Amino acid sequence: MSNILTVLIFFPLVAGLFGFLVSQKSIRVYGIAVAAAEFLLSLWLWFSFDMKNAGMQFVEKINIIPEFGISYYLGVDGISLFLVVMTTFMTLIGIIGLSIKKDIKNMIITLLFLEVAMVGVFVALDVILFYIFWEFSLVPMLYIIGAWGGEKRLYAAIKFFIYTFAGSLVMLVGILYLAHLYQSTTGEWSFALTDWYKLQMDLDVQKWLFWAFFLGFAIKVPMFPFHTWLPYAHGQAPTVGSVILAAVLLKMGTYGFVRFSLPLFPDASVSAILPIAILAIIMIIYTAMVAFAQKDIKQVIAYSSISHMGVIVLGTFAMNVEGIAGSIFLMLSHGIVSGALFLLVGVIYDRKHTKLMDEFGGLAKVMPTYATIFGIMTMASVGLPLTIGFIGEYLSLAGFYKVSPIMTILAGTSIILGAVYMLAVLKKTFFGPITKEENKSLKDLNAKELTALVPLVAIVVWLGVYPKPVLAPIDTSTKALVELMHQKAQTKEAKATILVSKTKEAK
Amino acid sequence: MAPINPVNIDFSSLNLVTLAPMLVTLIGALVILIIDLIKKDLDKSLYVTLTILTLFIAVGAVLSLNLNERGLFDTILIDGVAILGQLIILIGSMLFIPLALTKKRFHEFSYPEFFALFLFMIFGFQFMVSSDNLILIFIGLETASLALYPLIAMHNTRASIEAAIKYFTMGAMAAGFFAMGAAVIYGVTGSVELAVVADVLKSRMSEAGILIPVVGGALLLLVAIGFKVSLIPFHMWTPDVYEGSPAPLAGYMSIIPKIAMMVVAVRFFNIYLDLDIVSVKNLIIILAIVTATLANMMALVQGDVKRMLAYSSISHAGFIMVALALDSLKGYSSIFLYYGLFLFTNLGAFAMLWVSRRKAKLFHDRFHHPYEKFAGMIHKAPIAAVIMAIFMLSLAGVPPFSLFWGKLYVLSAIVDKGYYLVALIMALNSAIAVYYYLKLIVYMFLKPADKDKEEVTIYANRALSLEVVIGFAAFVTITSIFYIEPLMKFITDLVKSSGLV
Repeated sequence: MSNILTVLIFFPLVAGLFGFLVSQKSIRVYGIAVAAAEFLLSLWLWFSFDMKNAGMQFVEKINIIPEFGISYYLGVDGISLFLVVMTTFMTLIGIIGLSIKKDIKNMIITLLFLEVAMVGVFVALDVILFYIFWEFSLVPMLYIIGAWGGEKRLYAAIKFFIYTFAGSLVMLVGILYLAHLYQSTTGEWSFALTDWYKLQMDLDVQKWLFWAFFLGFAIKVPMFPFHTWLPYAHGQAPTVGSVILAAVLLKMGTYGFVRFSLPLFPDASVSAILPIAILAIIMIIYTAMVAFAQKDIKQVIAYSSISHMGVIVLGTFAMNVEGIAGSIFLMLSHGIVSGALFLLVGVIYDRKHTKLMDEFGGLAKVMPTYATIFGIMTMASVGLPLTIGFIGEYLSLAGFYKVSPIMTILAGTSIILGAVYMLAVLKKTFFGPITKEENKSLKDLNAKELTALVPLVAIVVWLGVYPKPVLAPIDTSTKALVELMHQKAQTKEAKATILVSKTKEAK
Repeated sequence: MAPINPVNIDFSSLNLVTLAPMLVTLIGALVILIIDLIKKDLDKSLYVTLTILTLFIAVGAVLSLNLNERGLFDTILIDGVAILGQLIILIGSMLFIPLALTKKRFHEFSYPEFFALFLFMIFGFQFMVSSDNLILIFIGLETASLALYPLIAMHNTRASIEAAIKYFTMGAMAAGFFAMGAAVIYGVTGSVELAVVADVLKSRMSEAGILIPVVGGALLLLVAIGFKVSLIPFHMWTPDVYEGSPAPLAGYMSIIPKIAMMVVAVRFFNIYLDLDIVSVKNLIIILAIVTATLANMMALVQGDVKRMLAYSSISHAGFIMVALALDSLKGYSSIFLYYGLFLFTNLGAFAMLWVSRRKAKLFHDRFHHPYEKFAGMIHKAPIAAVIMAIFMLSLAGVPPFSLFWGKLYVLSAIVDKGYYLVALIMALNSAIAVYYYLKLIVYMFLKPADKDKEEVTIYANRALSLEVVIGFAAFVTITSIFYIEPLMKFITDLVKSSGLV
């Protein structure tokens, strides 16, 4: 099946449209079936993927607007493959763990539409196509936060939408300028990313474009100081909204850095290492401290999520294979772990309708299974060796160590600070005496919640012990990416920073 | 060529074929008047269908025109721009007129004169876009405007009469500016024919002090054009007139008179842009930026959806105006592409308001369409809510809906010409604009309806013909990705053939 990417994009769309015909009572099963089918399709993509090939695979290209160079151009490589698999997987988990009763039909259809946009973002190789999916992903998320969210849901939803929309419009101007640049050098219009990779630009031009793209991506990540929408969005969103937001939507920003910023503007990226690293380190340390000060468990996880995104950004801008591959792996592990943590918070919120730590205490005695899973996920979030969180974080930091040891040490505090605030949550919620009488009768995880959480635990342990099946293809494609950047780099500084270490040894 | 020379008239230069589309609408209007004279108690459905058929034939006549022919003693110029302008005007009118077949009875549609006046107005607009003679443009403009004012007033409410008078007063002033501008141009060049004006100006550009009258004339005409296209600071009439008019007519006014005037602006300012008169170019860009930005700010604070759409259409006009100043093929083409797409989306949005219209103002003392009216619409009328949301998202420029492509082409044309800052300002304007479009979506989807008004149906004025128009507009808005390529090619070819660039 060579057109599997098209199927992956449009299957949820068609299924979502047909979802309108399914009755409210049965829509849950329908949603799970569709999401599972989509996940199996993405697994098929994984298994038929050629691990040795670093380039784009399953490429499809149909011209939509040939005069203007816009085409329906899809492809997947080691960098995007696992993001696609994670997207379909987390959507499935999100639908399984869905605890909403109100308007569940609308919710499931919206999630399926959102899945279309998310998969589309990761496999689109035409920049306009990418932009279409990128922007369209805002609409379902707006609805999810706005319709099922908490008290201030409207404020949170609109803030989320306008923030990201404004950033991406600046990016759109950058895209159009780049297209114009391509047209004036080659005489032809093209928005194909693979064509743009060949473009050589002056450092000044690169810098402007780099920051235009940066704004679009940084708001999505969200990087300090553009992060203020995220705590609101997480605080107000329903559980499934937070899961998808943390697991997939934020990754679009970091994916954008890897796919666009680095290979298109290698020189500008190198010249931007210092400011971005400073922003990332502020992001890591500052949000970790904010996380420690929160009383609401969900807010702790929201801020810890921003903090970890800082490590991903840092690894990306290490400009070497370890750093970039590590940050891609960290994207996956962060998706799994933070998604799982938001699901876990959702579980007690469903039972007690509060997320404040003070309301709990000693839960480990009443809900042992829940406490165990929460503990495992906490450890993964902190980056304990042999869990999924360790590998990505270690590789990212190790990659950046080559750029600046001091800044890496500063960023390394994220692990310590992470341990501080996550263990504080663990202690306050699960250990000590049971202070509240009503907590004694809380029920442990039911079958539905277990179905959603156990696969996540399995992945956390499996990839923590044996990451090679995932890490190897990422590594292959990252090497190709870094080589491309190294080749394209014009300034001496950039040539020196962008290291293709392993190929050099081979020579 | 001497300006007044009645001796040399050659009747072969009458070339009636070039007038065919206009004559069709004119005859159609007269037929309606004659029918009314003979038989009185005919239903409006007859006149609606007759009007549509007339417009249909007119479209056919436009499509059969030969490119770059002159007629009516060389005052009519059928070039690509004229054809595009006429097509947009006729198609927009065909979309508008079925909206008269509402469930509720409205005063104006019971008069056959409404339809005759409507066709006279279209006749005027057609004249305006297909002439390059300032006097004829003026006549077309006045014919159309004088027919449009009573159309508004016939709604027969206090607000609509106020709107008509306001529009008339402002329109008269704009006409005055137009006449003065044309007089100044005539004074400098000795001609009112734009082709001759261009030649004379080119030869006289080196003269000292010539710029003052030349730019002065352009300024006067810019005021007149600004009134009709509703550029800030000549926009004051727009929201009040839209508020007083019935919703579909307001939607109609937000597009058709503007595209007609835009064609005139393209023809006229192209002379200045070709001569590289920087002050005029910069003035247009500044006016466009001010219009897009300030109108956005004002749209943010409106309490009525119709007024919001009025300000939003001003803002869109500003957005398109930039493309005028670029003097590039892509710029001119994107004007027509944008208006072509805007036509369906905006008329669809106004038609949605029309569907929800009732005689009494249940939700607000002053406004017919306050935001509160649409609260909880997703539960009352889910399909209508989704369609309205699609129109709003399209207006906001969210892909893959149609106006995204319009925005993309306009922004790309701006970037191609090197105005990066302008492109950035316009892009950020879209980010501001998204707030007020979202506000309506938030009301429709995310806010519950008022407790005591839960039972009130929103679309009281629903009828099959309205549903067809809205459905068609929604279809065009959603499927844009599939037809943008041929549409843009069609437009570009026509614009290229008119030799503007």
